[in-house]
Amino acid sequence: MTSLASPARHDARDAPARREAISALVRPGEVHRDVYVSPEVFALEMKHLFANTWVYVGHDSQCPRPGDYITTTIGTQPVIMVRHSDGAIHVLYNRCPHKGTKIAIDAAGNTGKFFRCPYHAWSFRTDGCLLAIPLKKGYEGSGLEESAAGKGMTPVGAVEVHRGFVFARLAPEGMGFAEFFGESLSSLDNMVDRSPEGRLEVAGPPLRYMHRCNWKMLVENQTDTCHPMVAHESSAGTAVRIWEQMEKPEGMERPMAMEVIAPFTSPYEFYEKMGIRLWPNGHGHTGVHHSIHSDYSAIPGYFDQMVAAHGEDRARAILGESRHNTVYFPNTMIKGPIQTLRLFKPIAADRTLVESWIFRLVGAPDKLLQRTAMYNRLINAPTSMVGHDDLEMYERAQEGLMSDGNEWVNVQRLYSPGEPEEVTAPEVENGTTERQMRNQFAAWKKFMLMSM
Amino acid sequence: MTQTAYPTRADLEDFLYDEARMLDEGRFQEWLDLFTPDAIYWMPLEWGQTDPDLVTSLLHEDMFMLRLRVERLTGARTFSQKPKSRSHHVLQRPFVDEMDHAGGRFVTVTPMHYVETRLDEQFLLAVTATHTLVLQEGALRIARKRVDIVNCDAAFGNIQLLP
Ligand code: FES
Ligand SMILES: [Fe+2]
Repeated sequence: MTSLASPARHDARDAPARREAISALVRPGEVHRDVYVSPEVFALEMKHLFANTWVYVGHDSQCPRPGDYITTTIGTQPVIMVRHSDGAIHVLYNRCPHKGTKIAIDAAGNTGKFFRCPYHAWSFRTDGCLLAIPLKKGYEGSGLEESAAGKGMTPVGAVEVHRGFVFARLAPEGMGFAEFFGESLSSLDNMVDRSPEGRLEVAGPPLRYMHRCNWKMLVENQTDTCHPMVAHESSAGTAVRIWEQMEKPEGMERPMAMEVIAPFTSPYEFYEKMGIRLWPNGHGHTGVHHSIHSDYSAIPGYFDQMVAAHGEDRARAILGESRHNTVYFPNTMIKGPIQTLRLFKPIAADRTLVESWIFRLVGAPDKLLQRTAMYNRLINAPTSMVGHDDLEMYERAQEGLMSDGNEWVNVQRLYSPGEPEEVTAPEVENGTTERQMRNQFAAWKKFMLMSM
Repeated sequence: MTQTAYPTRADLEDFLYDEARMLDEGRFQEWLDLFTPDAIYWMPLEWGQTDPDLVTSLLHEDMFMLRLRVERLTGARTFSQKPKSRSHHVLQRPFVDEMDHAGGRFVTVTPMHYVETRLDEQFLLAVTATHTLVLQEGALRIARKRVDIVNCDAAFGNIQLLP
C-alpha cells in the first residue's frame, strides 16, 4: 500500500487519499492483509483508532489510596493512572513536560502527594498540574507559563470509571462513553454483580504473554467459535481422552482442571447454539444461551450469599448469565462468569502483548478465585497448552499473510449480501457467525476515519 | 548416621542431573515416573510468590496435568510441536538445604540455565529449581518441584517444554 504516505506527516492534502486507502482495506466479508501486516496502517491505528475509542486502562482497586498509581499504555502511548488527593482517578501521559523523561516506570507504586521527575526534580500534583521547579527564578520572564511545559503533565482526553473499571479516550473530543459502549456494559455489570458486595478487586499480577502477531488477530479470536474443536484438540481433546482412560475410584468428581479445559472440545453444534450478540461500535459477545462456562460446579455457600445480597430472583438472573467472551472494542475481552480480563496491547504491526488479569469477587468464597486463577494459568499463560495452540495459529497467520498468493482475509461465515456494514442496534445471531468480526472491522473503519 | 545411608549428597546430585537429562532427551514418560502420585510442579508468576491458589501462577500442576502436557507433546494434531521443541539444561552444583534421612525428606536448590529452541528461535531462562525429594520404596521421588524464573515478571513467548 503506497498511498497512505507517512503517517507522521499530517498534511491536509494527503487526507482524502489516506481516507480512501483506509476505507478500501475493509470490504463486505473481506479485509485486506495490510490491516495486520502494514507498519503504516499500524501507525495510523495508534494515531486515530486508539485515540478515538475508549480503551481500558486499569481497575480502581489497583489504586486504592491517594497517590497510588500504575503505569500502562493506551495503544502505544505510555500513561499513568493515579488516584488524586480528592479520590478521583486521573490518567496522565507518562512524560515529563520538561524533557520527556518518564515520570514513573514501575508497574505500580505510591507517589505520595506529588510526582517528582527524577531528572531535574520538577514536581506535579497527582492531577498533573505543575507544582514546583527548583531554582524557579531561572524561568522568570521566560514565558514558561505560556509554553506546553508550563502546563504540567498532560492528561488524556477523557476518563470514565464504570464500576471500578477505568477507561480513557486519548482524544479530547469525540464520542461519549455512554454512546460508545451502550448496552454492552451489561457484561461488565454482570461480572461485578457476581460479587455479593458488588465490588471486584484485582488479584495479583497479570500474566504477560508476548505474541508475534497483530493485535486484531487476538481480538477476532475471542469470538472465533470454529477454532476450539480444531486448534485445541491437542490440549482439551487429549485431556478428555486421558480422563476417560484413567482408572478412577467410583464416583470420583471431575477435577477442577478438567472442568475448565474439557469444554474447549465441544462440538460445532454447541457453539452454533451458544449464540453471539452484537452491539454497535464493535462490541459483542459469545455465549448468549450457554457457554463453556455454563457447567462449572456450584461453590458451597456462594449462592446463599448472593441470595442474601440480591434476593433469589435477581441472584438467579445474575448467575444464569454464562456469557463466554465479551469483546470491548478495540482491545479488551472479559469473561464475566470466571472474572478475567484480557488486554491485547499493540506494540507493532506484528507484535502484541497480552495481559491476562483476574479479579476477586469481594465477599465471595475463595474457591471462586481459586478457579479463576486456575483458569488463567491453564488457558492464558505463556506456559499454557491452550495458549500454545492459539499462538501457533496466530504466528503462522502473521507469516502466511506475507504471501502474495492472496491479499485478502475472509470473514464471510454467515454473511449474506446486503448485510448492513454497521451494527446499529443489538442483534443475536448463530454462535458461529463471523458477523462480530465484521462488526469490529466496521468499527475499525469508523474510528480510523473519524479524525483523518 | 552411617556413611552408606541412602541417599548421599552424590545420589541427590545424580538424581537431579538424571532428571534434567531425561527432559533434554525427551524421555518424558520416564520423567513422569520420577514423581510421587500426589506431586506438584509449581512455577510461580510473582517473585517470591507464596500463594499458589489465589494468585495466578505460570504452572501449578498435578500428575494429571503433567501427564496431559507430556502426551500432548506427541499428539498427531499438536501443531505447536510440529516441528518439536528441544531443551537444554545447564545445572549448577545443587545446594542441599535439607538432608533428613530419618524423615526421608531431602530438599535441594539448583540454579540452572534453561534453553529452549524451536525452528529458528531460541531463548534462555535463568531459573532456580527447588526439589522436595522423598524416599518411596527405597527410591528417590519428587514430591514437589518449584521453579522460580529470575525474570518471572517479564513478558514471554511460548514456553512449551519444562525447565
Ligand atoms: S526532564 Fe523532568 S524535570 Fe527535567
Ligand atoms: Fe483458542
